[in-house]
Amino acid sequence: MTRLIARRLLVSGLLVGVVSLLTFLLQAAAPGDTARTILGDHYSPAAYARLHRELGLDEPVLTRYGHWLAHALRGDLGTSPVSGLDVTAQIASRLPVTLSLTVGATAATALAGVALGVLSAVRGGRLGRAFDVLALAGYALPNFWLALVLVTLFAVTFPLFPATGYVPLEDDPGGWARGLVLPVTTLALPGTAVFAKQTRDAMLAALSRDFVTALRANGASERSIVLRHALRNAGVPVVTLVGLTFIGLLSGTVFVEAVFAMPGLGGLAVQATGQHDVPTIQGVVIVFTLAVVTVNLAADLAYGWLDPKVRSA
Amino acid sequence: MRRLPKRRAVPRTAVRRPLTALAAGYLVLLALGAVLAPVLTPYDPAATDLDAVLSGPTAAHPLGTDGLGRDVAARLLYGGRISLADAAVAVLTVLVAGAGTGVAAGFLGGLPDRVFTWVTDVMLAIPVLVTLLVVLAVVGDHRIAVMVALGILMSPGLARVVRGAALTVRNEPYIAAARVSGLPDRHILVRHVLPRVAGPLIVQISLLSGGALLIDAGLGYLGFGARPPAPAWGSMIAEASAVIGRQPWLLVPPGTVLALAILAFGVLGDTVRDAAAAPAERVPSPPRRRHRTPAAAASAPDAPSTALLSLRDVSVGLPAGRGTTTVVEDLTLHVDRGETVGLVGESGCGKSVTARAVLGLVPAGGRITSGTVRFDGLDLTALDPAALRALRGRRIAMISQDPLAGLDPLWTAGDQVGELVRRHHGGTRAAVRGRALDLLRTAGLPEPERAAARYPHELSGGTAQRVGIAMALAGEPDLLIADEPTTALDVTVQAAILGLLRRLQAERGMAILLISHDWDVVAAMCRRAYVMYAGQAVETGPLPDLLERPRHPYTAGLLGAMPRRARRGEHLAAIPGAVPDPAHRPPGCRFAPRCRLATAGCREAPIPVVEAAPGHHTRCVHHESA
Repeated sequence: MTRLIARRLLVSGLLVGVVSLLTFLLQAAAPGDTARTILGDHYSPAAYARLHRELGLDEPVLTRYGHWLAHALRGDLGTSPVSGLDVTAQIASRLPVTLSLTVGATAATALAGVALGVLSAVRGGRLGRAFDVLALAGYALPNFWLALVLVTLFAVTFPLFPATGYVPLEDDPGGWARGLVLPVTTLALPGTAVFAKQTRDAMLAALSRDFVTALRANGASERSIVLRHALRNAGVPVVTLVGLTFIGLLSGTVFVEAVFAMPGLGGLAVQATGQHDVPTIQGVVIVFTLAVVTVNLAADLAYGWLDPKVRSA
Repeated sequence: MRRLPKRRAVPRTAVRRPLTALAAGYLVLLALGAVLAPVLTPYDPAATDLDAVLSGPTAAHPLGTDGLGRDVAARLLYGGRISLADAAVAVLTVLVAGAGTGVAAGFLGGLPDRVFTWVTDVMLAIPVLVTLLVVLAVVGDHRIAVMVALGILMSPGLARVVRGAALTVRNEPYIAAARVSGLPDRHILVRHVLPRVAGPLIVQISLLSGGALLIDAGLGYLGFGARPPAPAWGSMIAEASAVIGRQPWLLVPPGTVLALAILAFGVLGDTVRDAAAAPAERVPSPPRRRHRTPAAAASAPDAPSTALLSLRDVSVGLPAGRGTTTVVEDLTLHVDRGETVGLVGESGCGKSVTARAVLGLVPAGGRITSGTVRFDGLDLTALDPAALRALRGRRIAMISQDPLAGLDPLWTAGDQVGELVRRHHGGTRAAVRGRALDLLRTAGLPEPERAAARYPHELSGGTAQRVGIAMALAGEPDLLIADEPTTALDVTVQAAILGLLRRLQAERGMAILLISHDWDVVAAMCRRAYVMYAGQAVETGPLPDLLERPRHPYTAGLLGAMPRRARRGEHLAAIPGAVPDPAHRPPGCRFAPRCRLATAGCREAPIPVVEAAPGHHTRCVHHESA
């Protein structure tokens, strides 16, 4: 297990390095550079040359990547050439918004999905077919469109929840929660049906195994068979799904933050894209990649916790 | 080459499903609408009409007008040009980048394959959308470049699927033979690899098309799509959101068109996957008519009224296709208190289903269709599920065929025995643990603490079976059903487990219904045995009578099939043929097609049970010569 984690950590570190290098190279290969972005449309060649040198843009790209990496490892992701703001600080101030959304939506999806999936595995039949249809609908509906429909219904027609904005948790927990209802619902709704369907399939597979028959035949309670044995054996696919859901929702926040005008990382990425603010968007990519890597690592740890065979490996 | 016809099976299956035809038809309509937009609508998608702003559906504007008075229907049709073209660029890129590298990696193997695996591993962890935003930030609104980038970011998933398929083909013996005989790689790729890859490729392509359409619309919504006023579905949703308070209707047309397109791609992908997964031909099993055989049933040996377990004319049906198949038919048997009774037969004859029926655990969808199961005076077929549950473990218990599969891999042996102890006896944590350890010791584990702390994957087959026995003993049952308890074990371990079962039976006065295909096991354990064939009991009698003087040719054949029992100089009388499929059993004697004694009479009508010798019954008219 320890060796497994060590190897995973190593691969994860490499991965973040590769992703950052790729985005760096992409940016370097692009027409136009940061100096030109800062100077705008009208500038003198002398001013351009000076800034170009000041920013270190005349050095070879790998040297520049080395500088960037050295700073990034100390938590310094550079400065936005457009706003002049510190990228790390901007990301730090926006991270809570995106985390509230993704963690909230992942938790909602997983809890509702597991509950409904177990229920339909035990009760069977019609509920399962309903999930098939809903999962298909969730797959097909663009989440920004769903968000707009929810806003129309529950913020405009029936003003139950705010249509836009984000209230920090430490300022007003009630307002924070109310503001999250619609965006979290938007993010969670499509995934819940998929989650329920997959949980159901995993539960049915677990319930059809020999040990379930043996436990039943020897008088174990149905409750224990479902919750202690089948659910736990269905745990590995379910945990995989939690990780995938989180990663999927991370991308989903880009749209949902735009609809609900929430000051999160997705919004930052969109704004930076519009302004060709490469250092900022690069910072967001790094943070997203770190999040993906962390979630995958957490999933690996969870497998070990669930499966004694992995634990002793 | 055996799976090649699959390629033709795909479109045929697709057409048969109306939903699939609908999905394909919708996508064709969308494409046609985009191409023929100038013919289909009189409106210019960019022409504003400030007199008819936000009109909602009218005769002039069937889908209404937007905030600038532009015709929504026209914008949808023209928008298809941009949205569908974008998705097509992305998907073509996926095809070139993903399928190409996947086939190459899978087919070449070695270093290229390792590099490929590593690169796709990395790429799968890259967050697609934000990386795409980086590309956008760098290249600006160069749509084709952005869509190519999207294609590359989406390609690793498809590349892996293709690689897997190519790898499978590469490892087929006939491909190796073809390469050795000098067939050019190009030929192998085109003739053998491509057809095999085609199925999964089409599935992935249709799913990715939906995904590309979704991301394209998302980018359009965020304002990174086609430059206004050019219409695209995503930007139409963005425009609708600006006037959401005044005309929410505007959300409906672009959202519906887009969602249905994504859905259609999903449905197409599912169809192809199902077609590829389905067996080449499906023989519908005919609905089985139950022909009751009163004469045969009436003469079946009666159980003494003191029997612990008695089955009378029990039939068990399992679902098969649209109907049910009777896998056990008119089975009559009994087990007395403290008696060990064998149930013998080839696999597929209905032994295990009988065991599960006694426990009320007939596999999903199946049930006892007729007859009665009495246990200690109770009619189990009439009991409600709760009463039946209360019986399991405490009165009737079971040990399973595959001892390792019979244990939950995620709990220790001690946990699992303990759970049943707590269930049947309750008590404090310490009492439960003590009792569980006692049971493990009783089951012949000299160091119960050590065994209790182990997970199933750390146990040997013999130890696992002892744990299974301890679990079965937790409720102190009167009847133990042992379904092939030693089949999965080594010969020396087999003997030890049988010894343990014999000892437990003697000490506890527990009855055992021993299911086996192994006459040695039955001879060592049982006083009586039933021989089952094709769902029926064909012979029953005391041991060793049954071994020495079988009264049914099937029993004789089974005995002869054991090398050790074949007498010196005699032919090994293995039985020709196979057990008939439950749906296609012969009308007369079930064994007639494989029987060397069969006469015309055997094939006509069901054979009644006769008492060939005291306590020795057989379902054979030729029992004197068997």
